[in-house]
Amino acid sequence: MTNSFGEFSRARMFFVIGSNMTEAHPVASTFVKNAVQNGAALIVADPRRHKLAEFADIHLGLKVGSDIALLNGLMHVLIKENLYDRDFVENHTEDFDKLAAVVETYPPERAADITGIDAAAIVETARRLASVKPVMVCYTLGITEHTCGRNNVVSVANLQMLLGNMGAECGGVNPLRGQNNVQGACDMGALPNVFPGYQAVVDPAAREKFEKFWNVDHLPDQNGLMIPHMMEGLEKRKVRAFWIFGENLANTEPDITKVEKELGSAEFLICQDIFFNETTRFADVVFPAAAWSENDGTFTNSERRVSRVRTASPPPGEARPNWWIFREIAKRFGQEWESESGQDIWDNEISQLAPALGGIKYHRIEEDGLQWPCPSMDHPGTGFLHGKGSFTRGRGQFLPAEWTPPAEVPCEAFPYVLSTGRRLYHYHTRTQTGRCSGLNDLLGEETADISPVDAGRLGIAQGEYIRVSSRRGQVRVRAKVTEEVPEGMVWMAFHFRENNANWLANPAFDPITLTAEYKACAVNIEKQA
Amino acid sequence: MPHLSINSQTVEFQPGQTILDLCEALSINIPTLCHLAGTTPTGTCGVCLVEEAKAGMVKACSTPAEAGLEIRTHGVAVREARKKAIEALVATGNHNCGVAGAMTESFTDFQMDAGDMEASYDLCPVWGDCRLQDLVYEYQARTGLFDSGWKKEVPDVANPMIVRDFSRCIGCGRCVKACNEVQVNLAIDMDRSNGRDVVATKEGNGLVESNCVFCGECIQACPVGALVEKKAQNQWRPWEIEKIRTTCPYCGVGCQQWLHVKDEKIVKVTGVEEGAPNKGRLCVKGRFGYDFIYSDERIKRPVIRENGEFKEVSWDHALDYTADRLKAIIDESGPDALAGVSCARSINEDSYQMQKLFRAVFKTNNIDHCART
Ligand code: SF4
Ligand code: SF4
Ligand code: SF4
Ligand code: FES
Repeated sequence: MTNSFGEFSRARMFFVIGSNMTEAHPVASTFVKNAVQNGAALIVADPRRHKLAEFADIHLGLKVGSDIALLNGLMHVLIKENLYDRDFVENHTEDFDKLAAVVETYPPERAADITGIDAAAIVETARRLASVKPVMVCYTLGITEHTCGRNNVVSVANLQMLLGNMGAECGGVNPLRGQNNVQGACDMGALPNVFPGYQAVVDPAAREKFEKFWNVDHLPDQNGLMIPHMMEGLEKRKVRAFWIFGENLANTEPDITKVEKELGSAEFLICQDIFFNETTRFADVVFPAAAWSENDGTFTNSERRVSRVRTASPPPGEARPNWWIFREIAKRFGQEWESESGQDIWDNEISQLAPALGGIKYHRIEEDGLQWPCPSMDHPGTGFLHGKGSFTRGRGQFLPAEWTPPAEVPCEAFPYVLSTGRRLYHYHTRTQTGRCSGLNDLLGEETADISPVDAGRLGIAQGEYIRVSSRRGQVRVRAKVTEEVPEGMVWMAFHFRENNANWLANPAFDPITLTAEYKACAVNIEKQA
Repeated sequence: MPHLSINSQTVEFQPGQTILDLCEALSINIPTLCHLAGTTPTGTCGVCLVEEAKAGMVKACSTPAEAGLEIRTHGVAVREARKKAIEALVATGNHNCGVAGAMTESFTDFQMDAGDMEASYDLCPVWGDCRLQDLVYEYQARTGLFDSGWKKEVPDVANPMIVRDFSRCIGCGRCVKACNEVQVNLAIDMDRSNGRDVVATKEGNGLVESNCVFCGECIQACPVGALVEKKAQNQWRPWEIEKIRTTCPYCGVGCQQWLHVKDEKIVKVTGVEEGAPNKGRLCVKGRFGYDFIYSDERIKRPVIRENGEFKEVSWDHALDYTADRLKAIIDESGPDALAGVSCARSINEDSYQMQKLFRAVFKTNNIDHCART
């Protein structure tokens, strides 16, 4: 996020696109609702009319995967009606002409054709967006989990630069990160191309810095593999040993049949986890790990805030902190690592290596955490990025994008679009929430959410078992008939094994980020005989 | 700026401030009970009474500051007025905490009897952690002065998370404010249809059938024992608890939590009221999703696969075995034959350590995590 949750309740207008906040980020949504109660305007763009849409002034029920057409259509109107922020564009951005040339080809009528939204609603939305400054844009996986995910992201940024809403309090682009520490894992360099603090592994100076600090030589100088390529490498035997720490890939990746074949072909699979799960079935070694409240450490939330995690109870049996396990393996390769606690690792290594984290030490985050960039010990942390329109790279660059359809679109055999996501009462594959008393009572099984129109046409009753099938598999699941879902769409989550949406989802990836297209694949639904 | 007088001192105020806001800014302590910070006042409890020269006793929480007011926040009259308000509240329901008891049996006997009964609802679940009890003590309020005709009700436990014992409800309305103005879930309201303030869902149905999303904000707001966590009931007493601050393990909001820990076990979770980013709020997962760590199904010892079956082994054995296999693969096929996926749920220090292992020890950049989901 460029901005902070603390700004939400003061914002004057929100544009929330591809985010089911009330279920996936419930507390964040409360601040949005507070703002609405205080008079802020809310525009929600989402195929589903989910809970937050009830609070919206405008709900744009776009077709799954048509976000770029909508955003380009909005920008078309902003430029045509001269409603954009000329001053910001001239002084803080570049390549406006390139953007203008692309969005020129998305008049509201064309955008309406692609998105299924009224052209008039697109024009009105553009005018509303230009009427308030700044507007805060929030998005989540509805933007990123597409084969055009990266283009979706840059299109959102294009819109905010065009409106001059970057570098402002209560503005900016705010992707709500899915998992508690996905931001932190990125910051820590659990990525194939960067060291901690986003220092490129292909940069010789960065390598030298880390070689010196870690007292090793010849750090690898080529970018590594991303998860989908690792998994493919398993089958091709290019990847022989695979270490999975805390992920239940057998349930979370699209096309479970394919994923399990890949996991099954691993020559040596290490799992490090707190529970046996569908993925550990393939393991050769399983290390028992300490869980959340059995550790001292830090999480970094969506707004870049590094907060403390503290030990409340000891891990059961012989389970050990994860950092200890890695350290023990390093020892067996002849490296003795000095750090002996979460605090040692943070204070003496991470915050020394990552410049943006340099001013964050455990003693400074005893209470509230600090938001990076926080480069020095007297720095108060950074609530919002790009202040006064200064971007990391100087000027903000417009990167125009053309709309592309999802990799798989409805056809005669599979006439519905399946979109997947998370529900309020469970988290991911339920390894944790499924073992919390009460939560299974609140949500005990998966449903396929379908529209009353489709249910009526197929004669499907509320709660009746149906079959949902795609080119990759089929599941038997209860139908939940709801006005939230538009005609032609099926919506499911991946919390339960037997009818997990990932049996059906399409392993098609964004070519740059390799994010899978969880939000769109073609399925059929049938009444069970 | 306009001004008024508080305790004979002239003070300036900003339009829109209440007397309570002003006193808080001046560090003058006014007791409150029904007031919930950040929400509109209900003015139901009368505990915040202060004396105004012309108007007499007024409620600080809901009286706007006005030029020329002359306020006294202390003194015998103020104390007596507050005490009366507290005595009236205590009489509205089952407040048998025995502070200045009108119990027929001795309090100890009562406690012993009640304690004998499994899951007794006679003992107040928040004894020692109750705002009303604190006020009764502080103001030496007497109980049993009025007969408000309250009847013992069987607590409503027809939902998985919240015990609602309305015989202890003082009708303060904080839960309603928490639900409608803090979390904005719009599930509950004050039902005044029977001449008495009763908390009810908007449709009059059960919580499970209503708009309730079990965030538990109402529990956190309830100053008495009318709303408590089912999981925590009878699990703890306030003096046995150590409060440990931590960060929620679920979504990317990163809510700050108090873990209430007894004998190295989390017995309940609440939000850190002034903490960033959540300002005390939690959702159902943050508030109720902690007990997985105590599951019997936790992996407790390292295992390795032998003849197709998992076998428990010692740490040394598992670590040596793993290191040997990895070394052999690196020797044969080079470091890029290794790949690792880190955990987006675990602490930063773990991810740092794992990428360090892959880069500095194994010498491969094949390290990733589910950054994109
Ligand atoms: S749990 Fe949350 S949603 Fe339910 S009544 Fe209480 S405050 Fe409202
Ligand atoms: S349930 Fe608690 S918070 Fe709600 S009105 Fe009754 S006493 Fe007040
Ligand atoms: S309490 Fe709920 S909203 Fe807050 S971090 Fe946890 S899961 Fe997210
Ligand atoms: S706090 Fe003012 S009336 Fe209750």
